[in-house]
Amino acid sequence: MPPINRKYDRQLILLYIGLVLFGWINIYAATFSDAHAAVFDFDSQHGRQIIWIALAAITAFAVLKTDPRVFSTAAYIIYAAIIILLVVTLFIATVTKGARSWIDIGPFKLQPSEFAKFATALAVAYSMGQIDFDIRQKRTWVTLAALIGIPAALVLLQHDTGSALVFAGFLFPLFREGLSPQIPIFGFIAVVLFVLALLVNKFLLVGIIALFCIAWLFIWLSKRTRKDYIATFAAFVLCTVFTFSVDFAFNNILEAHQRERIEVLLGKSDDLKGAGYNVHQSKIAIGSGGLLGKGFLHGTITKADFVPEQETDFIFCTVGEEWGFWGSALVIGAYLLLLVRIITVAERQHSIFSRVYGYCVAGILFMHFFINIGMVIGLLPVIGIPLPFFSYGGSSLLAFTILLFVFIRQDASRTQGM
Amino acid sequence: MSRQYSNRAGIVKAFLIIIAAIFVVRVASLQLFDRRYRDLAEKQALRNVTQYPARGLIYDRNGSLLVYNEAVYDLMVIPRMIKDLDTAAFCKAVGISREEFEAKLTACRKYSSYSASAFMKQISKEEYGSWQNQLYRFKGFYIQKRTLRIYDKPIAAHVLGYIGEVNNNDIERDSYYKQGDYIGKSGLEKQYEELLRGIKGRKVMHVDVHNREIGSYQNGHFDSVPVEGSNLYTTLDARLQEYAEQLMANKRGCVVAIEPSTGEVLTLASAPAYDPNLLVGRKRGDNYKRLQEDLAKPLFNRALQAQYPPGSIFKVAQAVTALQMGVITPSTGFVCDKSLVGCHNHPSARSVQEAIKMSCNPYFYHVYKRIIQQGKFRSSAKDSQYGLTQWHDYMLRLGFGQRLPLDLPNVNKGNIPDTAYYNRWYGRDGWAFSTIYSNSIGQGEVEVVPIQMVNLACIVANRGYYCTPHLLRYYGPDSLQRQEFLEHHETGISRQWFDIAAHGMYDVVHEPGGTAHKASVPGIAVCGKTGTAQNAGDDHSVFIAFAPLDNPVIAVAVYVENARGGGGSWAAPIAGLIIEKYINGEVKRKDFEKHYREVAPCQKLPLPRRH
Repeated sequence: MPPINRKYDRQLILLYIGLVLFGWINIYAATFSDAHAAVFDFDSQHGRQIIWIALAAITAFAVLKTDPRVFSTAAYIIYAAIIILLVVTLFIATVTKGARSWIDIGPFKLQPSEFAKFATALAVAYSMGQIDFDIRQKRTWVTLAALIGIPAALVLLQHDTGSALVFAGFLFPLFREGLSPQIPIFGFIAVVLFVLALLVNKFLLVGIIALFCIAWLFIWLSKRTRKDYIATFAAFVLCTVFTFSVDFAFNNILEAHQRERIEVLLGKSDDLKGAGYNVHQSKIAIGSGGLLGKGFLHGTITKADFVPEQETDFIFCTVGEEWGFWGSALVIGAYLLLLVRIITVAERQHSIFSRVYGYCVAGILFMHFFINIGMVIGLLPVIGIPLPFFSYGGSSLLAFTILLFVFIRQDASRTQGM
Repeated sequence: MSRQYSNRAGIVKAFLIIIAAIFVVRVASLQLFDRRYRDLAEKQALRNVTQYPARGLIYDRNGSLLVYNEAVYDLMVIPRMIKDLDTAAFCKAVGISREEFEAKLTACRKYSSYSASAFMKQISKEEYGSWQNQLYRFKGFYIQKRTLRIYDKPIAAHVLGYIGEVNNNDIERDSYYKQGDYIGKSGLEKQYEELLRGIKGRKVMHVDVHNREIGSYQNGHFDSVPVEGSNLYTTLDARLQEYAEQLMANKRGCVVAIEPSTGEVLTLASAPAYDPNLLVGRKRGDNYKRLQEDLAKPLFNRALQAQYPPGSIFKVAQAVTALQMGVITPSTGFVCDKSLVGCHNHPSARSVQEAIKMSCNPYFYHVYKRIIQQGKFRSSAKDSQYGLTQWHDYMLRLGFGQRLPLDLPNVNKGNIPDTAYYNRWYGRDGWAFSTIYSNSIGQGEVEVVPIQMVNLACIVANRGYYCTPHLLRYYGPDSLQRQEFLEHHETGISRQWFDIAAHGMYDVVHEPGGTAHKASVPGIAVCGKTGTAQNAGDDHSVFIAFAPLDNPVIAVAVYVENARGGGGSWAAPIAGLIIEKYINGEVKRKDFEKHYREVAPCQKLPLPRRH
């Protein structure tokens, strides 16, 4: 066996440690009060987070000592177990903040959906790692859609929209393994159309789409076949139907609080008592940080309890207020480095399982990073999901640690067992 | 195959860099280029001021106000925001000593340095006015307006209830409440808390460096207006309530009066009572403790919570039940055989009506025997079980042995024993009529709550049905009613039997040989039934009544504890006075009234337990 410092990817481990520690410092600041100033005060959230960090460290170490083949071999078993746990959760969960996603285990609460992402990543990687895998085949498609769709649907049934959205992160491995780029592009167009349909007159929008189609046909394409005409016309009809169904979807499918949050984001409403208030305060907290920040424990907005959930979903506020622009940029930069590094490491894998799994990890972490920070800085509607390694919470820290360290373990033995 | 799409790694990385770049640009625009947020945070501190809605008012049935609100002020402090405080000047201004100041501030700090807690509570308008203009000098302190309950007259404390600060359970149960909020703790205040409390508003205020509120934040964008609580229009008659409390002032017991046709409670007085104003304001804690320790139990609402033996008033229920079951006829007569059960001296009753008038114990011994032992089974134990089950069912239909669902908290059930009850005590088949005959005269295992007694009077007055007794007539700006209170509960006992009982009760007050002539009121056909309830101490004096005989407008129950006299001696005259006051508006018999108001029965209080 090679010596340990060569075996495990040092950059990933250092980035992980850095994020966890800086996260804890900010949890300490966000929940700080005179009564709970001691670092090892286990009545406080920052105190409890120390326990979780210790548990995460033990877990990480255990994962690194496990034979990596266990994870590919047991992928479907772990996946099945988690699916059963998710179904059970639906029935026995205690309702917390409107979601039925927590189950009580003794003094602790566990959120199975956090572990569902890891299990799905294993299953997807295993499925795509098969010799006969071909993304263009229908059978492959059905398998993958089921593997990703079932846990996503179960999480959605728990009213945990944020965690369900994270499953979109599986577009990363799919794209890498040959998914047609049209699909993410269609998705992107759909989101843009959805937003525009809510903001501007729908007939005007259809007119603009028509102009685009004509421009595409007669300016972009130099030669036009019959097939081009039909395809363009079909695209136009699809866009028009989509545009006019946006209102229906918005009013009938989304829940009231989700509608409010989107309206607030688009500036259509300022129901500033609810979601708008939170984001507004969050922006004030970040904005008031300036270049250098107010300094550790000197945030005024977060200290005065103006920002809700400031130790969990809105933890980035504390970074912005107390550490300023350089702190915020550093955190964003650290996540970027982590994600890029995961992609790089994934690319050097010899087994398809490991590579796909790496992309799954990157996709899941990216969705959390994207939705969480996007929400806190007011670019996305309020969707409550934690910032990986950073937010207060045991389930999420443990789940993300397992997710990442299984990948680090795979990487360490990439030359074995081929 | 594996390298087939490897160029896509670059695309993914580029995508990640673009997203991160967008985030950094956005953060930069918030933190570096947009001064708006920095100004908002740095120049002004914001303060969340909760706007408390006025709690709903409570009126009586004639529109006179029973409970209203008065503004008081809480001095709030955020310990971390105290800066350059001139402690001496501060103490002088608000009128506390240096030690008090330190103690209070330490307590507030212990709760939280960052969020507001009440430094001084319930400061009167006058007090606050005297140092209002100096407040700006004391950074970290500010004023929160609140309202207190004021009771127009010191009456109906048990009905109205009181409000008090929420406890941790309340806060956990309902997110509406925050530390220091008030909640109804008993009576109507508790029962209709959600109607009375209204909806809180919020005001976000700018505060400048001198701790002065300099105006609304963002033109009130974040503010919400408080919605006032709904007013309650109760069924109480304030004048009658006051009169009843005066009559009971030096006694222990209770008076309940109801309008029979609607079930509206006109008066619900429990004695000893207390002035509801005692449980308001800063003295509340001390007063509450004193009331709680009082051996006469003034906080105990006897009308709803006390479970008494009903005594002879229970005979009315036995009479109509036996008639309905067909085990006696109206003209059934029984000899007054004192060897069966004790009785006073009177001629034997030749009919049900006479038996009620004279309250003959042996008569109802026989009646109850016929109810319990119907001869349907050979074994007397089996037979008794059959009879008791039927009897139990009738008693429940008459409103006994069950919690009457009136709109006040903590109503007791009383007790009507059933077969299971006796089986538990004596074992299966271990009991028969001979064991339980005391029930016939309202003693034994039977326990009744005064509200159930007056309900029996209502049932006789209505000749067969009752409406659930209640205190809310209508509420809110739209004068809404609770539908369940309009419903008639039929007893399933025929009207003709109640006519007989009603005439018997008329005779009790008016005919020679009746037991309650002291309840009679000139010009009014009062019908009543006395009771003398034996218990561990001196006898309780009990009386139920309604008036007039035809189309009754009021039903009353009076219970005087340990009066050392029968129902006719204390409870009956008080019931008569209540009826006179309600129907005539005033009492003409001044001497009679004066006597029963001033003279108190010799009611011994229980001795304090020695430790």
